[in-house]
Amino acid sequence: MNANQNSVLDRHFGVHAPALEFRSARARVLASNLTNADTPNFKARDIRFEDVLRARGLEAGRAGVQMSATHSAHIRTGGVEAGGARLMYRNPYQPTLDGNTVEAEVEQGKFAENAVQYQASLMFLSGKIRGLRDAIKGGA
Amino acid sequence: MALFNVFDLAGSGMRAQSMRLNVTASNLANADNVATRPEDAYRARHPVFASHMRPGGVAGLAGAASFGRGSGESAAVRVLGIVESSINPVKRYEPAHPLADEEGYVYATNVNPIEEMVNMLSASRSYQSNVEVLNTTKELLLGTLRLGQ
Repeated sequence: MNANQNSVLDRHFGVHAPALEFRSARARVLASNLTNADTPNFKARDIRFEDVLRARGLEAGRAGVQMSATHSAHIRTGGVEAGGARLMYRNPYQPTLDGNTVEAEVEQGKFAENAVQYQASLMFLSGKIRGLRDAIKGGA
Repeated sequence: MALFNVFDLAGSGMRAQSMRLNVTASNLANADNVATRPEDAYRARHPVFASHMRPGGVAGLAGAASFGRGSGESAAVRVLGIVESSINPVKRYEPAHPLADEEGYVYATNVNPIEEMVNMLSASRSYQSNVEVLNTTKELLLGTLRLGQ
């Protein structure tokens, strides 16, 4: 993904392709939380979208998928990419005796949320692809 | 594609939980066993779960690989082993029992049926949540495959 981030296609797809990567990586982290719901001393973890955004924002000058600033007052945020995201431990609402901090209902909620967001990214990408195809075929 | 690893994760969870169900079934099936000597009595067995950290982004895309550097992003479950309960078998006076020793005692298992029922419920719920994860991931991947169609 990094090799030709500035190609026309990548600019067209914008933030959605890296967002998809982020969502799938987060799905993996959340799935490993759910899988370890009964493992003693397992600590639930998560990646924060904001962290990824911020990490990318600090490196806005670097090549990557970035939001275009068309006005001097626009805040340069940078796009979304995997780099810079840290796994954070979740603070449990109810600590358990065996040291496990996975709360199945919380994780299921997060997993479902992440899945919907993944599907949202998919829909955006689908729209972009449809637009490209229409452009190629001349609307035929 | 990071999502493919979710299948492995959920699979490991289902494997562990089904082993737990298996052990629970064995404990419940033997809940009324008695033996002549205390060391022959059936002892409740329980699996020990541990998380098995794997380095993130195995064969993944360059971007996905750099999530959670160093700490191992995905953790599958593995069963370290099955341990037998160390609680002493219950000594019961039943002189008429064919398995009674010279003093008329039999030794019953230390299986606690209530504990086993709770274990069974917990294992089946956890198994279900792994199945849910698997189904959701499957839908997401199928959606990705259909992208642009």
